[in-house]
Amino acid sequence: MNILYDERVDGVLPDVDKAALVHALHTRLPDLEVLHEREELKPYECDGLSAYRTTPLLVVLPRHLDEVQGVLRICHELRVPVVARGAGTGLSGGALPLEKGVLLVMARFNKILHIDPAARTARVQPGVRNLAISQAAAPFDLYYAPDPSSQIACSIGGNVAENAGGVHCLKYGLTVHNLLKIEVLTVDGEQLTLGSDALDSPGFDLLALFTGSEGMLGVITEVTVKLLPKPQTAKVLLAAFDSVEKAGRAVAEIIAAGIIPGGLEMMDNLAIRAAEDFIHAGYPVDAEAILLCELDGVEADVHDDCNRVRQVLEQAGATEVRQARDEAERVRFWAGRKNAFPAVGRLSPDYYCMDGTIPRRELPGVLQAIAALSAEYNLRVANVFHAGDGNMHPLILFDANQPGELDRAEALGGKILELCVKVGGSITGEHGVGREKINQMCAQFNSDELTLFHAVKAAFDPGGLLNPGKNIPTLHRCAEFGAMHVHMGQLPFPELERF
Amino acid sequence: MPEDFDNSSGLLEQVNQALQYATPLRIQGANSKLFLGRDVAGEVLDTRGHRGIVSYDPTELVITARCGTPLSELAHALEQAQQMLPCEPPSFGDATVGGMIASGLSGPRRPWSGSVRDYVLGTRVITGYGKHLRFGAEVMKNVAGYDLSRLMAGSYGSLGVITEVSLKVLPKPRQCLSISLAMDIDRALLRLAEWGQQPLPISAACHDGERLHLRLEGGEGSVAAAHERLGGELLNASFWADLNEQRVDFFDEGQPLWRLSLPNNTPALVLPGRQLIDWGGAQRWLKSDAEVSLIRAVVAEVGGHATCYSHGLVDSPFQPLPAALLRYQRNLKQQLDPQGIFNPGRLYAEL
Repeated sequence: MNILYDERVDGVLPDVDKAALVHALHTRLPDLEVLHEREELKPYECDGLSAYRTTPLLVVLPRHLDEVQGVLRICHELRVPVVARGAGTGLSGGALPLEKGVLLVMARFNKILHIDPAARTARVQPGVRNLAISQAAAPFDLYYAPDPSSQIACSIGGNVAENAGGVHCLKYGLTVHNLLKIEVLTVDGEQLTLGSDALDSPGFDLLALFTGSEGMLGVITEVTVKLLPKPQTAKVLLAAFDSVEKAGRAVAEIIAAGIIPGGLEMMDNLAIRAAEDFIHAGYPVDAEAILLCELDGVEADVHDDCNRVRQVLEQAGATEVRQARDEAERVRFWAGRKNAFPAVGRLSPDYYCMDGTIPRRELPGVLQAIAALSAEYNLRVANVFHAGDGNMHPLILFDANQPGELDRAEALGGKILELCVKVGGSITGEHGVGREKINQMCAQFNSDELTLFHAVKAAFDPGGLLNPGKNIPTLHRCAEFGAMHVHMGQLPFPELERF
Repeated sequence: MPEDFDNSSGLLEQVNQALQYATPLRIQGANSKLFLGRDVAGEVLDTRGHRGIVSYDPTELVITARCGTPLSELAHALEQAQQMLPCEPPSFGDATVGGMIASGLSGPRRPWSGSVRDYVLGTRVITGYGKHLRFGAEVMKNVAGYDLSRLMAGSYGSLGVITEVSLKVLPKPRQCLSISLAMDIDRALLRLAEWGQQPLPISAACHDGERLHLRLEGGEGSVAAAHERLGGELLNASFWADLNEQRVDFFDEGQPLWRLSLPNNTPALVLPGRQLIDWGGAQRWLKSDAEVSLIRAVVAEVGGHATCYSHGLVDSPFQPLPAALLRYQRNLKQQLDPQGIFNPGRLYAEL
């Protein structure tokens, strides 16, 4: 079922008089940069989910807050949908434009407004890149903990909208755990402050609600994040296993030993070989799985924990345990993991990245089921896994130029996500629903739950003008999605009996 | 001890009856935080019959419990596995899991560990549409749909009946040591700001007017090194539980009690009465007869807010919200509880 906006199942969008809109924008916001020529719009027709493209009605690139407010007011008056976009690195199509909507690009709000070392906070504009915050805080030996792998390019406004994660979430939390305050503009341009410079605020926790709301409830115009002191040291251990089950068990044993690693990553054989070919990180290419375990903190504790973890890994049946001897080797170990996606990209013209989460104990069964699905759909799947927090990133290899392969990759991806839900997990750990997983939302939530989500939306945007079609499917779409499954004569989870 | 029991159908039935007749409900667990917030006139919905730990796998770092489960029972189960709920919710006697989420109160470790909200992974909630629904899950990362689970934390039961919650838990630190240093407030706040920028294993910091009390937690090496560096007298670890449960002398006497939530590096606030600093400066307790308006103005000036902990003293114990924000909060309340049956007026008269 196509994920591009379909008015038949996603809701009818208001018809927009483009000329009148452009005229209103030019008259009331004469300094606002507006793009409306076909070739100007081209670069904005997708975000990081580049398989799906829609040319926006027009693109606005405000530089000042009152321009953002003006755009929202005009669009509200003229009933024009608005899709907000940061750096456009999102992987779920959360910033996919609409033919009948304005794309509001916040990338020019890229100033770091204030670093307060005594309060350990940074107040920044939404277009500031994630890594730029840590760079600005570095002179004070502070940093911003959440580090999605796109951190050199992704912007903090998008991080908040998606509740972005990264490889250090088990110990340091998601974006929501590292925020103090955001400024937002509502659909009609009203300004709200959510959260505060204190650790809590009275009333309902709208900061938590807005984090990860994918631009559906308001437009983020400023973000205050918490900063942490940089850990004194970080060490990484690499362990090789001859089976994925053993590696999974080792993860549980590390936790059982009372140790919370800064990062704990698993890769399967296909991912290991791809990464090694690309980066030459020194990975054991014949291992069925490797674990990368990073321990960070105060020198003495890290030293003790390294010894404990080494012991645990050996007892769990690791065929080899290596500790990075120096910083260069530590960086190399990580480079393999951090480049796993492009490395896998070298094996195949295209790949499709999944983002399901599962309770860790379900890992062996889920990996077996993925292997079976991979055979059934005749597409290779490489697995990289934030093992500490149960976030899987199966990478489905395909060739979009081969007729039908994209469809097959999507169908396989959908199956994997439904499997995650089945074992008590979620269809998305950190990439967001966007448009990409809009159909799988129907598997994770029932119609009553979706109805409550729509009620939340109605509290902030009753006209449905902010990012319509993202995050929460209509009941109509779910009905068709469910019917299609039955229509094709498939049981929802034919692969489950193979556990 | 009462037995574990799944009373969700009983709770659902009571909510559905209340919906039918638009009867307001006063949701209560152990009533340990009855003193907080405004009075609610309504039929009592007692959550304590719905109790018990539903699942707990220490290696998954997740515990799931029904709303009526006493916090003491939760703490006991975690203790058996050498784990803890790091946000240290106070039990004020016999608080329940549901009340912990609804009030969202956290203990001394909060600035370093995060709040109750930060440990919520999933909830089951009976809604204003008479449905028993599930949001979130038993996994660490989950960004599908709006985050209604974390929204429930601190909502004082005004958005639905929280029947079950899944919480992230963590291993207890290997080493814990508490110390006490003689220094005045101004110096203590300066030192805390300075230490906060360094990787020190501080997990609680309280100033009582004369002395700065610190808790150090971590591995043996880091705690020993920090102790050697900071010096001070040893302090009994029970101090932190006494502080959290408001059993220290400061909370004794008759003057009204206020909780001030402030940016952590706010200098000493000049207000009539006595103050006790917790959360490394971000939470300050005030015993004072000062006018409400004065307290609120002083606190708002520095970017904080004040909550009155003395029941019935003021009509709005929680700091009044700006008009626009209140309007959206009311929209949300009306959308999720269209008949207004869940703890109406507990947070604000308008909610």
